[in-house]
Amino acid sequence: MNRVAVLVLLACVALAVTAAAPFVGIESVPLGAVWSDQEPAAAMVLWKIRLPRVTMALLAGTALAASGTVFQALFRNPLAEPYTLGVSAGAALGAVLTMQLELRLPLPGVSTVSLGAFAGAAAVVAFMYTLARLRRDFSVTAMLLTGVAISFFCSSLILLLQYLNDFTRTLRMLRWTMGGLESVVGMADVLQLLPFAVAGCLVSFYFSHELNLLSTGEELAASRGVEVEHVKILLLAVGALTAGAVVALCGPIAFIGLMAPHICRLLVGADHRRLLLAAILLGGPLLVVCDTIGRTIMAPAELPVGIITALLGGPFFLWLLLSRRPAAG
Amino acid sequence: MTHHGPIIEVRGLSLAIGGKQILRDVSLAVHPGEYLSIVGPNGAGKTTLLRCLLRILRPSGGEVLVAGRPLESYSQRQLARVLSYVPQTIESGLPYTVSEMVMMGRYAYFRPLAPISKADRQIVCDTLERTGLVELAERPIATLSGGERQKVFIAAALAQQAQVLLLDEPTTFLDYRHQAEVCRLLVEVNRTLGSTIVAVTHDVNTAALHSRQIVALRQGEVAFDGAPQELMRPEVLARIYDSPLLMVTHPTANLPVIVPQ
Repeated sequence: MNRVAVLVLLACVALAVTAAAPFVGIESVPLGAVWSDQEPAAAMVLWKIRLPRVTMALLAGTALAASGTVFQALFRNPLAEPYTLGVSAGAALGAVLTMQLELRLPLPGVSTVSLGAFAGAAAVVAFMYTLARLRRDFSVTAMLLTGVAISFFCSSLILLLQYLNDFTRTLRMLRWTMGGLESVVGMADVLQLLPFAVAGCLVSFYFSHELNLLSTGEELAASRGVEVEHVKILLLAVGALTAGAVVALCGPIAFIGLMAPHICRLLVGADHRRLLLAAILLGGPLLVVCDTIGRTIMAPAELPVGIITALLGGPFFLWLLLSRRPAAG
Repeated sequence: MTHHGPIIEVRGLSLAIGGKQILRDVSLAVHPGEYLSIVGPNGAGKTTLLRCLLRILRPSGGEVLVAGRPLESYSQRQLARVLSYVPQTIESGLPYTVSEMVMMGRYAYFRPLAPISKADRQIVCDTLERTGLVELAERPIATLSGGERQKVFIAAALAQQAQVLLLDEPTTFLDYRHQAEVCRLLVEVNRTLGSTIVAVTHDVNTAALHSRQIVALRQGEVAFDGAPQELMRPEVLARIYDSPLLMVTHPTANLPVIVPQ
């Protein structure tokens, strides 16, 4: 079974990348730092900075890949992902608004900016869903275009806010919208993302048969026995919450949710029982690699990982768009 | 749950969409093992009626009984074990292989997280064999011709092992050879498996050749309900289609058929 072999291989690569990434960087960390305490500085870099950051990248990539796979099935379009659906832009607007209003909610361990981003993501999905419910003829293409429009609208508002603001705040906003993991220190952020990533993966995996059927069309899925309305709302909510949590903690990171499922479809086929597993195994390490490149390529300066994934993903998106076979008659 | 009497019973069904009356007081009964065709001019409400049977559209009046039970009382899964469906427009860009697609027909029998059972695999194998798709089993659907794809969707519906197979224009977009193949398949399924077939179609000739009961709709109302021989009369057809029709006799089946004027 070569598909099983591909999954095993993906798992091995994921393990290797995750194990190696913490040792790569400007500050050299010898392997010995893992267990001996002869080099306290190196051990400190490894445990407090590198490992949390790599774990965060792994979780974020995993969550984005899972939600991208879910969105692609629900919207029956391989171009759907949190970024193209406007979910990321909504989250960014939410975050920038909380910075603008200097909101600070007294919640321990949760930053208000993250909550703002989360609310923004949820608002976009709720808006899209209401639109789809009110207009029964609302096609998938219309929904994708709406996502593009929402992205433009949110980006314009963000630009407006940046234009009107003083330099420091604008820089802070700008930096946030690039998406990055360099603020991750210690395991606090990782622990915040963990439940969303795990729940997102488990729930979408539980519904892998339903994802298969929904991707063939809602009426057909219903005729085969899927409770379409319930499952669809649940999966939309899970996809949005998972992606929203990532954007809230790492900023908008584009195209991981697009690339991972698409590459995996070529590797293991379209059946979601395999596809989800493969996408999850690929998405995490993909973001780890991007982030490792980001923090080493211009060392000692750091390139935000959002820029790297966008640079990779943009051409990928174009290639997908142009290479899609026109529907055969 | 043995049930005697019609497997589908439609009583006084009405439906209006956006103020326009699409179906008006439609009543009909389909008995187990029947082969029913629903014909009628464009816009007569044929597809709408089928969509009401599938619960895609909710009627504004009347009721539908399936195996003696109101349609609304079924869960989606229970309904899928009684009614299966072959849609009119078939998406051509689906990324699945033929066998994956047919396996999806077994959904109503899957249990969450449980691996696909041997019995399910066997049923998919048998269905592929019956529909002549064994050679295409691992081919992606996107690489098939329209006729082959239609057979895959029929196979998926058959794998569902429901008593009734509902089809929306199963042969409209096919060439003559594939039309004949699909028709032969439906007749065979009806005869050997005893599946009840309800097919919406434009093609009165084929409907008359293969089905045992025909319902003709005209402007949302039942204009005819009976045996094909009674439908295939110039005066009856002219009334349904609002247009005079030329008829000749089929050379082998000894049935009248319509030819274009």
